[in-house]
Amino acid sequence: MDILQAIGRDQIRTDLPDFRPGDTVKVYYKIKEGGKERIQVFQGIVIQKRGSGISKTFTVRKVSNGVGVERTFPMHSPNIDKLEIVRYGQVRRAKLFYLRHAKGKAARIKERRRFTT
Amino acid sequence: MLGLIGKKIGMTQIFDPDGKVIPVTVIQAGPCRVVYKRSKAKEGYDALQLGYEEIEEKRSNRPKIGHFKKNGTPIYRHLREFRPSLGQKIEDIEVGTELKVDIFQPNEKVSISSHSKGRGFTGVMKRHGFAGFMSSHGVHESFRGPGSIGQCAQPSRVFKGLKMAGHHGNQKVTVRHLKIVKVDPEQNLIMVKGAVPGHRNSLVTIHKES
Repeated sequence: MDILQAIGRDQIRTDLPDFRPGDTVKVYYKIKEGGKERIQVFQGIVIQKRGSGISKTFTVRKVSNGVGVERTFPMHSPNIDKLEIVRYGQVRRAKLFYLRHAKGKAARIKERRRFTT
Repeated sequence: MLGLIGKKIGMTQIFDPDGKVIPVTVIQAGPCRVVYKRSKAKEGYDALQLGYEEIEEKRSNRPKIGHFKKNGTPIYRHLREFRPSLGQKIEDIEVGTELKVDIFQPNEKVSISSHSKGRGFTGVMKRHGFAGFMSSHGVHESFRGPGSIGQCAQPSRVFKGLKMAGHHGNQKVTVRHLKIVKVDPEQNLIMVKGAVPGHRNSLVTIHKES
């Protein structure tokens, strides 16, 4: 197993901020179209983090024009230009799939209190 | 330069320069040594016999030791033969030549053979991909069965080779045209796009396709 972990080690990113499920994040994702590169921003709530090592992914959910949109990003993808945390959320579970059919009040997430220095 | 013997380490993924995820199987291959050369004159066919994983003399048996001693090579645990395909030449490769992963280049296509994972006695759905039956709509007692296995009085027997339940897996499987993504000569590693038969640490043979 050690060899497998060593293979992805140089591609693992340590520059992204530490975020948790429930946080609202802005993902700046590089998109290549016809030889051109532009950056697309995807903002939403992180509803899950899964996998380990280089295979780790996270899923961001947003509601766009009344339609729920979910996007899964590889955590260590070089195409993530940067990631900003917009709001820290306080949640009681690791996978927030209940948000998919939660409406109105039930779909709110409490803000997480953080100690600032 | 026909191929190498190696061990499957497992699967992982890497990002290509475009940032796309490539699933890769990591194989630790070689260093192998040409232990013996089969020739058309003597054995009726041309082939290179390669040895993999050097071992102490006491770990081997006497017939094998004799075989290695005769050709003046170290003693290896595994022996496999590689026959040249069309256009490949083995005349200029001598006994004792050491082969390493650097015989492979990235983007090259290879075929990889190994024994697939054993699945024991399995039914027809897993073994042959049969569809089975519905789990409702009046189906009873036969959800994963094969259905009819033949006709009636004519031919009044079951044809040979009919796909039925039985032992599945643990047989030699070759996957062709696998693309090499990366070669690491320092650690003797080859990364190949896609899956390779066999479980972790199983012995695989990698054949060059050109």
